[in-house]
Amino acid sequence: MDWFAFLFFIEVTIGGLLSGVMYALVAIGFVLIYKTSGVLNFAQGAMVLFAALTFVSLTEQGLPFLAALAITAAVMALLGLTIERAVLRPLANRSPMTLFMATLGLAYVIEGAAQLIWGTAVHRLDLGISNEPFILGGIFISTFDLIAALIAGVMVAALTAFFRFTRTGLAFRAVADDQFAALAVGLRLDRIWAAVWTAAGVVALVAGLLWGARLGVQFALSLVVLKALPVLVLGGFDSVLGAIVAGLLIGATEKLAEVYIGPVFGGGIEGWFAYAVALIVLLVRPTGLFGQKLVERY
Amino acid sequence: MSDIVLQFENVAASYNGAIAALHGISLTLRAGEFAALLGANGAGKTTLLKAASNLLPAERGRITAGQILFRGQDVTRATPDDHIRKGLVPVLEGRRLFKSLTIEENLITGAVAKGRSRAAVAADLEKVYAIFPRLKDRRTSVAGLTSGGEQQMAAIGRGLMADPQVFLLDEPSMGLAPLVVAEIFEALSALNRTTGLTLLVAEQNSAIALRHAHHATVIENGRSVLDGPAADLAQRADIQASYLGGPTPLHPVRS
Ligand SMILES: Nc1ncnc2c1ncn2[C@@H]1O[C@H](COP(=O)(O)OP(=O)(O)O)[C@@H](O)[C@H]1O
Ligand SMILES: [Mg+2]
Repeated sequence: MDWFAFLFFIEVTIGGLLSGVMYALVAIGFVLIYKTSGVLNFAQGAMVLFAALTFVSLTEQGLPFLAALAITAAVMALLGLTIERAVLRPLANRSPMTLFMATLGLAYVIEGAAQLIWGTAVHRLDLGISNEPFILGGIFISTFDLIAALIAGVMVAALTAFFRFTRTGLAFRAVADDQFAALAVGLRLDRIWAAVWTAAGVVALVAGLLWGARLGVQFALSLVVLKALPVLVLGGFDSVLGAIVAGLLIGATEKLAEVYIGPVFGGGIEGWFAYAVALIVLLVRPTGLFGQKLVERY
Repeated sequence: MSDIVLQFENVAASYNGAIAALHGISLTLRAGEFAALLGANGAGKTTLLKAASNLLPAERGRITAGQILFRGQDVTRATPDDHIRKGLVPVLEGRRLFKSLTIEENLITGAVAKGRSRAAVAADLEKVYAIFPRLKDRRTSVAGLTSGGEQQMAAIGRGLMADPQVFLLDEPSMGLAPLVVAEIFEALSALNRTTGLTLLVAEQNSAIALRHAHHATVIENGRSVLDGPAADLAQRADIQASYLGGPTPLHPVRS
């Protein structure tokens, strides 16, 4: 491989890793809820769309960036709380399939509501982040992707610190471990679920803004869940670290595959390649790379 | 001291609206008492203790007749965390530690319901470590990787962190070596003597329970069948044989 080919390889890998961070971002929203309540929240993608649409509509009304951000964050927290209260709490103790179907229905309700309120037009979302790539040692790196990755990184660090160092975080990890024991110890499951759904709403907001700025705010934004699913399969549904590693892995291999083996298939393998990888992992390791690593000694 | 803290009056309970687990159990627990709840596997001990903390609904069970009163109030009117704040604290069967948390984190979860300050929690941790010194050595170990005895001590410690007045323990001896069981019961007895902690301990291991308890109730198939001072029941070898699934004595004792 000559030098330029090598630089190109690095460039593709970095581009892939950066978009992988974006996949991880969506996946983490799923993990938060799955870990504490065992629900695969299919509505996460609709929440991403809802957040982006709310934000764009507010800025289009002339609201300054920070005000729109604050209002959208409040709306998303409220949406998360409402879902937990109105849909999931009444269904507590039901089978995982019932809960999954409920979130599937919810996804359509949220998408429908979003369209009803804001219409179906595609909106441009400008976060004021430069789209100019910069060059580092001969490698082109997308400024936007890099900054998006940094924002995602800060958010993950903040979440991690929250779970590690606060009592609510401790309670969250306890509930994730053993729901009945948590109840018996006197932890308030309803409050913890409310906190988790609020957090998932905020994660959806961050993902919605970054993805919305990348793709334009449109209906298809809710399809980012389709990018998150293979990440979840690979990383395990209950591991934040798994979501990050798997996101990076899928982002990078997907881009590399597109560039190097794509031509063999006549291009366009980015759409399904992640699923092929996820399928293979599923056959070898059904719990994913990091999922349900049971800590037990017997 | 003879004031009643916990009273079970003809309690019947069922799961899923159909499977009847209890058919009428009566039991009176007085302040400062160490009481044992004895019965074979499946007799209904766990169901009774869960009912007292209002944990049955979470298992799709409920009290169908009779009532349980904690300090005179129907326990089904308050949530499990309310009961803990009022001093009625359960320690579940099979320890049920949070396996991926450290021993110390597990202990701290016990203090969350009471919403105590960090300083108070730190002081209480030291008290628990004084009772079970082994836990101090294991404080940073992931709970799932500790021994059964350490897990049971941590489960009891987690309950103590809530500062209980009435402590409901479900089979603390389960699956543990005799020496560890003795250590745990000594610690419970000492707590009962020095702090006046009221104890209701469900056990299949009637020998150890009767050695430490003041009073015992034997239940069979969801009904109370015997009740009396622990010392009297300990004299009767036929109890072990007829109610607790133990070996039949060669010469049944008739008293
Ligand atoms: N979650 C449950 N759902 C249905 N039946 C149960 C449940 N838990 C216990 N039972 C039944 O209730 C009866 C009493 O069980 P349990 O209270 O666990 O007894 P013990 O603790 O004395 O072994 C048993 O017949 C058992 O099968
Ligand atoms: Mg039991």
